[in-house]
Amino acid sequence: MLKEKYAAEIAAIFAKYPPERKKSATMPLLSLAQKEYGYCSDEAIREVADLVGSSPTDVKGVVGFYTMYYEKPVGKVVIDVCDDLPCALKGADGFLSMCERRLGIKAGETTPDGKVTLNAVMCLAACDHAPLAQVNGEYAYDLDEAKFDELIEKSK
Amino acid sequence: MDKHVLLRDEDIPNIHQLDVYTQNDGYAAWKKALTSMKGEEVLNVVKDSGLRGRGGAGFPTGLKWSFIPKDIFPKYVTVNCDESEPGTFKDHQLIRSNPHQVIEGTALCCYAIGSNLAYIYCRGEFSEPGKALQKALDEAYAAGLLGKNILGTGYNLDIQLHFGAGAYICGEESALLESLEGNRGQPRLKPPFPAVVGLYGKPTVINNVETLANVPPIILNGPAWYKQWGTERSPGVKLFSVSGHVKKPDNYELPLGKYTIQDLLDMAGGSSTGRPIKAVLPAGSSSPIIPAANFGTKMDYEAMAGIGSVLGSCSFIFMDESVNMVWAARKMIRFFKHESCGKCTPCREGTYWALSIYDKLLSGVGTMEDVNLLADVNKQIIGKCFCPLGEFATSSMTFTLKHFKKDYEDFIAQKMGGSKEFMAELNRDHHAHTLAH
Repeated sequence: MLKEKYAAEIAAIFAKYPPERKKSATMPLLSLAQKEYGYCSDEAIREVADLVGSSPTDVKGVVGFYTMYYEKPVGKVVIDVCDDLPCALKGADGFLSMCERRLGIKAGETTPDGKVTLNAVMCLAACDHAPLAQVNGEYAYDLDEAKFDELIEKSK
Repeated sequence: MDKHVLLRDEDIPNIHQLDVYTQNDGYAAWKKALTSMKGEEVLNVVKDSGLRGRGGAGFPTGLKWSFIPKDIFPKYVTVNCDESEPGTFKDHQLIRSNPHQVIEGTALCCYAIGSNLAYIYCRGEFSEPGKALQKALDEAYAAGLLGKNILGTGYNLDIQLHFGAGAYICGEESALLESLEGNRGQPRLKPPFPAVVGLYGKPTVINNVETLANVPPIILNGPAWYKQWGTERSPGVKLFSVSGHVKKPDNYELPLGKYTIQDLLDMAGGSSTGRPIKAVLPAGSSSPIIPAANFGTKMDYEAMAGIGSVLGSCSFIFMDESVNMVWAARKMIRFFKHESCGKCTPCREGTYWALSIYDKLLSGVGTMEDVNLLADVNKQIIGKCFCPLGEFATSSMTFTLKHFKKDYEDFIAQKMGGSKEFMAELNRDHHAHTLAH
């Protein structure tokens, strides 16, 4: 249960908002739950709903709306590669095809051993360093084949 | 300009640290305001400076602040750090490398309107630069610059960091408020405007990160100092994010109205491919494209409007002549289709149908009849939605067609669609989209 395991973190999250506005904590609590369970499972959603005083349906609606909440398990390493226009002008589509070949999966999939998820994502606001990715939320800039191999090696 | 006003991290190493920031005039404006100015005076200085919102709309900042009713409490300030427009990465640099200036500007805004609580809404993908911002907030609290009874003046102020979780629409101010209240980020109908009914139904100022970073030097040095840069109607300095086919993609801080688009291209080292530059999107994917023939235009709000485009957030995406605009427009439409919040049918369905038409073109089975249908789709979107997202989507179609119709004709006549690369791109989009939500 999040409530017991993360009591201090949860209290700190609620402290950011007026006491009568518990619902504002929905998103940070979902992020916390996702960190614990790996994705926004039905159990995680029920726990967050219980904490903020919403219905699980409402919380599930929030989960479905935002791209960074996962509705199913993902790999230990999540690689988000931007293929929006500024990155594409710098070869992001070719780079993504290379990532797919290297990992033997398509964008949106997880390797069979459950280790790596590859996603194609919208703009990551670092277009001066295209092609780029985020690896578990950390930026990786000016990527090419060699740097991608390095990233994979490092994250193992 | 010899020294930066905003990108001070490029002149002063480690200015992200509180001690370095304070050694370089940091929080001097905050102390000046708290100890010798009334909130209204701060507001008037910002008004006199002529500062306009840097998030894209260019609305006068001081005027926006003055819309906050005096007799309704509490009031809130929310800082829009949901930077998600393809081609824009200026706020990213500010919060990562000069976070205290953003915090100080936020504090001054709160003081000006009489607010005791501000939220900085960071896009979820900014968890890494967001750490730098949180660290700076912690330092400011520890130094007594934020919190209770600041500098013994009796003024209390909390600034909290709130992360989104991936949704472009949350950069729209009313969607941002919905998201901050724990809901799906879908825009509200306006009026009422947030200045009267904003966060938790209370008066709220929403400003972009860069806008607020301008405030501390303005309070410290005065409106006349700030007006030494820019034009009469577009005073001051502005950050320009430059990306695409240039040798030195980066953020450039420049006075408004002094330089032309060609000057900016030259500063960024010119074309990186050896091929001539064909066109630029001056404010990311949502802006009307500008052909190279118009690169002599000065970069201020009025001059850019004069050539049928916008200055907006100043995210210049340069494209060389190898780029066919059918492909480029499809990339932009794909973005807006993905980011449409689904609330208004014309936007949700319109972007879906527009993308379907472009997919048909890219896969090699489209005709000019399909291209002509785009105008019809646009007509069904424009002026029919709560927020501008749908309209943004139409500009990539309307203006690539207006300036580069030949690209569409060539694309079809020369049977460019259906190539191996295009099919790989289309298959990936459709596959990834089915798997994701």
